[in-house]
Amino acid sequence: MRGELHYDVVVIGAGTAGLTAGARLAEGGARVCVVAKGVGSTHLAPGTIDVLGYAPGRVSSPAAAIEELAAARPDHPYALLGVDTVTEAVRWFASTVESGPLPGYRYIGETEKNLLLPTAVGALRPSALVPETMAAGDMAGGNGGSVCIVGTRSLRDFHGALCATNLTRAGVEARAVDIEIEVTRADENALGLARRFDDPAWRAAFAARLALKLGADQRVGLPAMLGARDPHGAWSDLEQRLGRPVFEIPTLPPSVPGMRVFETLRTALRRAGGRLIIGAEVVDVERDGARIRSVATTAAGHEASYSAPWFVLAAGSFSSGAIALDSRWETHDQVLGLPLRGAPATGEPRFVGDYLAEQPMARVGVAVGADLRADGAENVLVVGAALPGAVSWREMSGEGIALASGSRAAQHVLAQAGASAGAAA
Amino acid sequence: MSDGVLEDLMRGSLDHCVKCTICETQCPVSNVTPLFLGPKYTGPQAERYRVAGEPSVDSSVDYCSGCGICSLACPQGVKIAEINAQARDKLKRQKGIPLRDRIITRPTWLGRAGTPVAPIANLTLSSRPLRLLAEKTLGVHRDAAVPKFAGRRFSKWAKDHPSPPTGRKILYFHGCGTEYYEPWEGQKVMQILEHNGFEVIVPKQDCCGLPLQSSGLFDDARKVVLRRGREFAPYLRDDPNLLVVGNATSCTLMLKREGREILTLEDDPDLKLLSERTYDICELLLELHDRGELKTDFQPVNERVAYHAPCQQQGHYIGKPALDLLALIPGLEVDEMNARCCGIAGTYGLKAEKYDIAMAVGADLFGQVRASGATEVACDSETCRWQITHGTGLGSVHPIDYLHRAYRL
Repeated sequence: MRGELHYDVVVIGAGTAGLTAGARLAEGGARVCVVAKGVGSTHLAPGTIDVLGYAPGRVSSPAAAIEELAAARPDHPYALLGVDTVTEAVRWFASTVESGPLPGYRYIGETEKNLLLPTAVGALRPSALVPETMAAGDMAGGNGGSVCIVGTRSLRDFHGALCATNLTRAGVEARAVDIEIEVTRADENALGLARRFDDPAWRAAFAARLALKLGADQRVGLPAMLGARDPHGAWSDLEQRLGRPVFEIPTLPPSVPGMRVFETLRTALRRAGGRLIIGAEVVDVERDGARIRSVATTAAGHEASYSAPWFVLAAGSFSSGAIALDSRWETHDQVLGLPLRGAPATGEPRFVGDYLAEQPMARVGVAVGADLRADGAENVLVVGAALPGAVSWREMSGEGIALASGSRAAQHVLAQAGASAGAAA
Repeated sequence: MSDGVLEDLMRGSLDHCVKCTICETQCPVSNVTPLFLGPKYTGPQAERYRVAGEPSVDSSVDYCSGCGICSLACPQGVKIAEINAQARDKLKRQKGIPLRDRIITRPTWLGRAGTPVAPIANLTLSSRPLRLLAEKTLGVHRDAAVPKFAGRRFSKWAKDHPSPPTGRKILYFHGCGTEYYEPWEGQKVMQILEHNGFEVIVPKQDCCGLPLQSSGLFDDARKVVLRRGREFAPYLRDDPNLLVVGNATSCTLMLKREGREILTLEDDPDLKLLSERTYDICELLLELHDRGELKTDFQPVNERVAYHAPCQQQGHYIGKPALDLLALIPGLEVDEMNARCCGIAGTYGLKAEKYDIAMAVGADLFGQVRASGATEVACDSETCRWQITHGTGLGSVHPIDYLHRAYRL
């Protein structure tokens, strides 16, 4: 009697795209199960909602640039999604954060205008929607005032002086100070420090020590470690105690603001009644003609099986291992075995010598039609990094594509379900 | 697959590690103490330096509680917890195994010794001077939560209360917690299954071997779990539709996977059969419900309960079926806790040198439970329940307890 569980929709992948699709489907009344091999990319990403940063020059208005990009590259996900879907999805995310598990925490920005935030190495990075805890780092206007970057030896891979020096080169008045944070382990990371900032007494003492090092600096930038559970409390408390705007700068992984995104979307999914199963890697697929009938996932002792009339594929691309390039130079969808699109044709260059240049192989994704339905299975919608046509790390478009495609997939399924319910009635 | 091949595959998975640190964000232990260097350092990184025949490179692996959350979270499929369990076994072989670990990992010995003299044994366990003595001589922490002997054994009750024959048989693995400490949980499991038309058979059984395994006594653990395979396999061979169900979620995980993977017993045919047919009780009931076969004559239970999914329950990789079942009960308000671990990890939190770590791990959960306003906690593992009650002062029960109440059985 080894059985399976039935849902209205099974979502594969628990990154931003999968959790968005799952949460919005559940909010729309669908019975949703999100299965994922592991925790998704959120924990590695800076926690900003990048919609479109480069196309290929630096973008100041993502909304305008999306329309141009869509016209120029009909194979790009944004050409399928359209700017209205993106704008609506970004607004949904912002309101989901505000009603989410982190009290007071919210995002600042819109798709009409990019902010320009410092990275850990002091480069300036465009993003459309950013945590309130980062917004004061915006250099887009050029008049935000002088900056003091606070580094600590206790956090590896964040060097205040490096960040400040490069900001100065970029035309920002910046300097760096170092502050001791006592740690008990040599390899403390941003999450370990963020937990300290959740404690009001600890951060009051920290602010008092930091205040002594500040001069006429008009803004204070710190690595993104201002609270894991209560970032709004930690950040606003620090601003008040230091008497000037404070902003977080994303760190190397683990990314605390990224983990807040995960918590926000996970909570939205759970509150709406959706299931989330981590550790469940899809290892088998049962087809029924042009449709996928069920997927089997890893579980203890025996595989677990999930069937649904709809599947959303949100498993990512090369970096998650969902798409692989084999030793014969063939690309594969490792999850559902669906046909791909976007690989360089035989004889064309697959890679170029400059590592950071646009790599021809980077646009590979699961082949879809205009409605995000996979060419290889009519009841599979493809979202996020699994879509072909984008080079999101260069374009800085990852979260915009994830939110918009996750939202569109949810809308598609809910509309179809509504239509079939209507037909049945 | 021969044992060596499986071990190579698990060890080989370390090459998939991309150092993304996701496991480090999840590890309950390394987030509260520097004594454990963390799953990434101690696992895929240190493993490269563990050379056959040479001393283990990192004694901090003994501070890994074995909760398995790192392997669950890894998006690249690295068998971090399994690698660390193997390393702990090797370390124990080098350093020797303390007498304490030989005693507290044998619930059968303790249960058989304590049950007939339960009042005295329970008095002993709650006696401050004797606990101090036990800490000094054995290294069992004076404040650690230890259960009370029920004074009667579940298997005795089950013998006196055979299921009415219905032709729809199921085997019940009750585990030591039910046998010696909480026999009423076993009675409830049987009554719920019988209410749903099952004829529950309780085969002769004993400990699953998990406590031995988690303390690094692999050879002893192998003997114990293989015996369970021998006991259950004949039933399963006779009837291809027969399933095994258990309420102790860490024991069912041991039967399903850990015995075969961590103890490298992949080749044993009896254990394979047992592994494939074993269900956690909530997993089974949810599947029945999905097929429309679970009775839903639930009466209201107007209470507020905090639900914590134990790490070992999460290790089944099936989500949290208990929540879906509790949602069927009218009037019941359920708060899903969002903390990683209660800290106890079987016998980890009993150990004098680890008790404070276990309590620090549990602090997040205890705080969430208190803040929830719940009057009771539901949790699928008995050792976790004892720890949660120890840490919060609130009573704790298996989630099926609520189903039992709602069925008015």
